[in-house]
Amino acid sequence: MKPKSSPIQEALLRGEELSRVYDGRCVLDAASIEIWGGRVQAVLGPNGAGKSTLMRLLAGLEAPDGGRLFYKGRQVARHDTELRRAAVAVLQRPYLWRGTVAQNVEFGLRVRRLPATERRERARVALETLDIAPLADAPVNTLSGGEAQRVALARALALEPEILFLDEPTADLDVTARRQLLADLERIVHRAAPAIVLITHDPGEAFALADRVAVIEAGVIVQSGAPADIFESPATEFVASFTGAEFMLSGRVEETGVGTMTVLLESGHTVEVAGQAVVGTSVRVAYRPEDVVIAPPTATATSARNRFAATVARLYPQGGLVRLRLDVDGGSLEAIITRHALEELGLAVGTSVVAQIKATALHVFLL
Amino acid sequence: MDIFVESIGQAVRLLFSGDPYLWQIIGRSLQVSGIAVLLGLLVGIPLGTWLGLARFPGRGVAVALVNTGLALPPVVVGLFVYLMLSRQGPLGSLGWLYTPSAMIGAQFVLAAPYVAAITLAAVGSVPPELRLQARALGASRWQALALHLREARLSLMAAVAAGFGAVISEVGAVMMVGGNVHGETRVITTAIVLETRRGQFATAMALGLILLAIAFAANAFITRVQQAQPRRRRPLTS
Repeated sequence: MKPKSSPIQEALLRGEELSRVYDGRCVLDAASIEIWGGRVQAVLGPNGAGKSTLMRLLAGLEAPDGGRLFYKGRQVARHDTELRRAAVAVLQRPYLWRGTVAQNVEFGLRVRRLPATERRERARVALETLDIAPLADAPVNTLSGGEAQRVALARALALEPEILFLDEPTADLDVTARRQLLADLERIVHRAAPAIVLITHDPGEAFALADRVAVIEAGVIVQSGAPADIFESPATEFVASFTGAEFMLSGRVEETGVGTMTVLLESGHTVEVAGQAVVGTSVRVAYRPEDVVIAPPTATATSARNRFAATVARLYPQGGLVRLRLDVDGGSLEAIITRHALEELGLAVGTSVVAQIKATALHVFLL
Repeated sequence: MDIFVESIGQAVRLLFSGDPYLWQIIGRSLQVSGIAVLLGLLVGIPLGTWLGLARFPGRGVAVALVNTGLALPPVVVGLFVYLMLSRQGPLGSLGWLYTPSAMIGAQFVLAAPYVAAITLAAVGSVPPELRLQARALGASRWQALALHLREARLSLMAAVAAGFGAVISEVGAVMMVGGNVHGETRVITTAIVLETRRGQFATAMALGLILLAIAFAANAFITRVQQAQPRRRRPLTS
């Protein structure tokens, strides 16, 4: 999902060190972010991290207490009409008002004083885009949760926004409705190419949809970059664990090689890790459970540098995947494998295995 | 028991005979209370909306005051308005005492808190995120507020009915400031008091039936509105 239109020299929307204070508490601290046309920017973080606050500031719904906002290179003033017309937000819950689906979808067009014929036409197109055209005359209180969410999305799309903010669009939906909505979003991004700002607490959703991800923790953007960068090189322990990484015990750098180093863990194991740090530095080593490869104890050596003799301690089935808790002498490891692999390896609680992790799959954080 | 049945029968006959005395009184009642409620809406809806949505120090006290207004004794309001309009009172120069204007004034004081209190509850029952969503679709603050009130409109209609039901059946205030002058300030309630004292039970009963019908209509409306409340909205998280 790269920009499709002619190259844009400038970010559509740029927040510089935006801050917001509520009741003396700083909920957003000097957040800087750029929103580019035709791209999906995710703002990823746990509940209460300041994601929605950042969205309200960027959408011009609230004025920041500090920092500046630029729309097409021009600094945005308080109650900036131009930005408010270009930026449209869909809040977490589909707040629909009494009346029919069509009346709801036409709302934004009505406040923009569009003629009735154009309102109807644009509402029709928006409803068709989301496959809910037959619902046009349905009263909103007859809709299912998934339908209501799509009506809320259609209501925003009808405005043909330049920047579309989506606050946790799938938070309230069941798995099927959620998958459907994500597919819709992908289609919209490809077709209309607005800038999309996706507010989410779900790393999977952010990584699946976004071109850029900003990770926010306690009001601070702690890392910003392409999904692969964030996934492969998490900047902080928080980013690593929030995006699904697990931590080994703490350790110390024992020796360094070319692009790699050996870390002695408190459990007595040594692991080889990609990266460089001064010998003697205290570190924590993170890994992703899905990077842990499980093999029978008899398996021949692979290219993986780190091998641990382990015993399966617990199994946590998760749909098609199974999460394993492995006892390793002096510690434990988490692994995620497919159900198919579980059966093929004949794993059960108590089975002895070898757990392997590549040096490049480990991330080191200095303590 | 005979007197009861007899007066009801006569009352129905009186009503259907189009007795001018009776219908003049009913008309005056509807006029006075109707205008009082309309004025009450003009003040009560903005006041209730503001108290329901604004956050400021002392708001709790203001809300308590408005709710206390629901329990204002009509005779006390009558006394208050009487003193205001009496010759020595601050508004004595208007010469409104013992006119329908004085009665409208007194009933307005009774109706406004009703409207304000119910409006306050009504706007508070609409999630504030609804306004934020409206603004996020480009609506101005005023357009978002209008939408918010529109969402609360059923409850606001109940405010009208409740205010009207409260003032039309009130006797103390209109009696004190209106004086129950025949053809001028005589309304249903004051006429019932007078006709009962005079032993004209059929007339009193006819007026009583009308008053009951009006009160019933108002309450039936409120009940309908309350039963037609939309499905409960789910609690909100961040």
